[in-house]
Amino acid sequence: MEITKETAPPPPAVPAAAAHGRRGVTRPGDRIFSGLSRGSGILLLVLMAAIAVFLTVRAANAISQDHGNFLTTFEWDANTTPPVFGIAVLLYGTLVSSVIAMAIAVPIAVGIALFMTHYAPRRLGGPLAYVIDLLAAVPSIVYGLWGALFLVPHLQGLTSWLDQYLGWTVIFDQSNPGTAPRNLFTAGILLAIMILPIITNVSREVIRQVPAAHEEAALALGATRWETIRMSVLPFARSGIISASMLGLGRALGETMAVVTVLSSSDKLTAHILDPGGGTFAANIASHFGEATSLGRDALIASGLVLFVITLLVNGAARVIIARRKEYSGANA
Amino acid sequence: MSDIMTKNPRGTDPLARPGVLAHRRMPRWAPAGIAVAAIAVGTALGLALGLSSKIQWGLIALILFVLGTYVITAAVEDRRQAKDRVVTSAVWACFVVAVVPLYSLVETTIAKGAKMINGNFLSHSMAGVLSNDTGGGVYHAIIGTLEQVGLASLIAIPIGVFTAIYLVEYGRGKLAVAVTFFVDVMTGIPSIVAGLFILAFWILVLGFSYSGFAGSLALVILMIPVVVRSTEEMLKLVPNELREASLALGVPKWRTILKVVLPTALGGITTGVMLAVARIAGETAPILLLVFGNPMINNDPFHGTQSSLPFYIYEQYVLGTEQSYDRAWGAALVLIAFVMILNLVARGIARWKAPKTGR
Amino acid sequence: MAKRIDVSGLSAYYGSHKAIDDISMTVEPRSVTAFIGPSGCGKSTFLRTLNRMHEVTPGGRVEGKVLLDDEDLYGSGVDPVAVRRTVGMVFQRPNPFPTMSIFDNVAAGLRLNGTHKKSQLNDIVEQSLKGANLWNEVKDRLNKPGSGLSGGQQQRLCIARAIAVEPDVLLMDEPCSALDPISTLAIEDLIGELKERFTIVIVTHNMQQAARVSDRTAFFNLAAVGQPGKLIEIDETERIFSNPSVQATEDYISGRFG
Repeated sequence: MEITKETAPPPPAVPAAAAHGRRGVTRPGDRIFSGLSRGSGILLLVLMAAIAVFLTVRAANAISQDHGNFLTTFEWDANTTPPVFGIAVLLYGTLVSSVIAMAIAVPIAVGIALFMTHYAPRRLGGPLAYVIDLLAAVPSIVYGLWGALFLVPHLQGLTSWLDQYLGWTVIFDQSNPGTAPRNLFTAGILLAIMILPIITNVSREVIRQVPAAHEEAALALGATRWETIRMSVLPFARSGIISASMLGLGRALGETMAVVTVLSSSDKLTAHILDPGGGTFAANIASHFGEATSLGRDALIASGLVLFVITLLVNGAARVIIARRKEYSGANA
Repeated sequence: MSDIMTKNPRGTDPLARPGVLAHRRMPRWAPAGIAVAAIAVGTALGLALGLSSKIQWGLIALILFVLGTYVITAAVEDRRQAKDRVVTSAVWACFVVAVVPLYSLVETTIAKGAKMINGNFLSHSMAGVLSNDTGGGVYHAIIGTLEQVGLASLIAIPIGVFTAIYLVEYGRGKLAVAVTFFVDVMTGIPSIVAGLFILAFWILVLGFSYSGFAGSLALVILMIPVVVRSTEEMLKLVPNELREASLALGVPKWRTILKVVLPTALGGITTGVMLAVARIAGETAPILLLVFGNPMINNDPFHGTQSSLPFYIYEQYVLGTEQSYDRAWGAALVLIAFVMILNLVARGIARWKAPKTGR
Repeated sequence: MAKRIDVSGLSAYYGSHKAIDDISMTVEPRSVTAFIGPSGCGKSTFLRTLNRMHEVTPGGRVEGKVLLDDEDLYGSGVDPVAVRRTVGMVFQRPNPFPTMSIFDNVAAGLRLNGTHKKSQLNDIVEQSLKGANLWNEVKDRLNKPGSGLSGGQQQRLCIARAIAVEPDVLLMDEPCSALDPISTLAIEDLIGELKERFTIVIVTHNMQQAARVSDRTAFFNLAAVGQPGKLIEIDETERIFSNPSVQATEDYISGRFG
């Protein structure tokens, strides 16, 4: 994927050439050392292959014994006889909470990235970058604790507002006004806070790479700061911001503890995001694992496999976009 | 050429009256003034309407700030300036929105956690402590975290560093491409999936039981890609001239890497490793699946269940009593302090050892 | 529309470092004024103070006056955005907007200033491309990206973009230094045509170029590295190159340093 690696050490035109060639390695020290490092690489591959094989075997075992439809069943009753479980609610809840997180986090993250690169007084830029890094370093369980004990009570007012004024959109309608907002919406807000740093940091790097010449071109035409950003910065940084968002999405999809603590989960699939209920893959695994039977565990592994594939696709898409962008910016450098 | 003169696009622009570069502009303090006014109105509305949550106050103030900027600038200056100023105020608002949750989180954790931190809390386990008893402590969880993270680091750091060396110094052809690809894949593995894998492999297939070490194995999966990536970046920063100079002196390649390349990049590698340690120290999900929790002190990570700080926080949160919430906040403060200290030291090393190639 | 520039007592700083010191000069309308001098003498910095681009650099600030037909660019209440609309600029490296088509590149400034009518845009884009001697080469591919053109064509595209908004002054910061000799010749010819309509100021490293294109030439120099650059003298180009009044100018012209 990152083919740049190949070009990292420039083609040696010097004595190094001999040592770079594989046959040049003759000394035992060299052989051991290159063996160790190559072995580590191979070990990684074996590890990943093993992950795929074991997850698939266990998952297949569970799905073959499922008396429901694994894709469309709402319930998760893997411990009962006959076992009935499906990922419909989990898939829906995972996507909805992640979409909410993205809708909140992406604009704010791009805003912060622009703030750091174009708006902040210089004295503020450095400390702010540090604050963002701290935000990234806070463990997810602490976010979960804060979300459940601080954010949930404080969001009560906002959710009843949304219900009151925007209830007609169905999405923001609350079936029982006044219930604690332990719902997908709150989970989405918490996820937004958690993925903010990664989107901000990647976007900031991309925005920094916008050549000064493009911005000067716009400025010299008499563009205001915003017009400069719109004409020169955002078009150039767009694909990078998209892939940053995808990386954030990958995080949001797999986040466990923040959702477990904030969401009061159920087998319900509803468009009312302010109603408690629903669930996500990760939270479902964490909350059902304790009492799971042997088949129950395999069922959870099957759902984990689905989550794995989804995050894999999202992250893969992000990397493809980044790789494309490299070619693109290289051509214009 | 006179053709273009008559079609002068600025003919329609009122600002470009000949010889007039200046136009009415808002005073320099205007944005700050609008911000203060918006906050005042937000607070007043919040009080008047009896809105319980400060989040609502803040949202009202933010919306007023952005809208107010537009309306006032459009009136005093013009639409273009208004748009520019709105974006400026929106971007500032984003900054505030980012800082507020972090501040709130840190403030809440310190306020609620600090009163728990004392010698007793740090030196006792939860053995025999019921959920609504006061007392109890995190000693067993600290032991668990240190051992699990320590073991994970012992395994992940060598594998990660060697893999990075392979990619930068030896890697050619298909194997290197595959390794790079799968490191990317590993970066995106959700922690709970890493836990599930070790569960499927270590416990369900190989038949080992729950233990601190099983948790470490999952942490290894999460840690390796971080170590590989950061080490790789640092190794790439080492100028090729250094390698060539050493090789040209007849130093074997492995000694060149060991004596020239690694020491040059050591500061950056250390930073990356510490950040990776800080990251896995906060992982809860795999511990939940693999270590299973234990209220008592278990110093042996290879036999029997253990606890860990993140797991302890979750466990106490689930109990749901006043006393257990207090313990959760106390543990959260200990965990944050641990992670932040690692971060601070890591960044300190990065700054101290920073290669001069940085921007 | 071309305007006269009167600079008096102008100094520019990067943070605490003084880049140019106390420069005063007059630039005549409808003429080409060239700035020459060794690297680091502040000629580019000075050029960028003439449309307030200098302050875009972090830490950049300016003292002194720049009068554009009696109006001070640095007067209170003056909007830098309005200044840059009036004083256009062409940069050392061609910098067309990479994501925009040739047409959109030329139309960019017009759209900023509120011209959106298609017929009007079409006319002005055509006139500007003709004015930049580029029309015949690109008229069939106006919707292709500007980054697909050759270096010389890109630079002429940038000139077209700058003149499309009918500035009063056109600043050129070493516009040919990244180009091959044939493209350079094309740009020099173009400058000769453009001076009929605009006040042109050009920074160049190439003394032959200054001699070929300019009516007046200003020589900048600095006492030592780290010292601010100063204006040594400004005069008719012919005199600067034949009979300069300052010894340093003659040394530089004759290739004894720089």
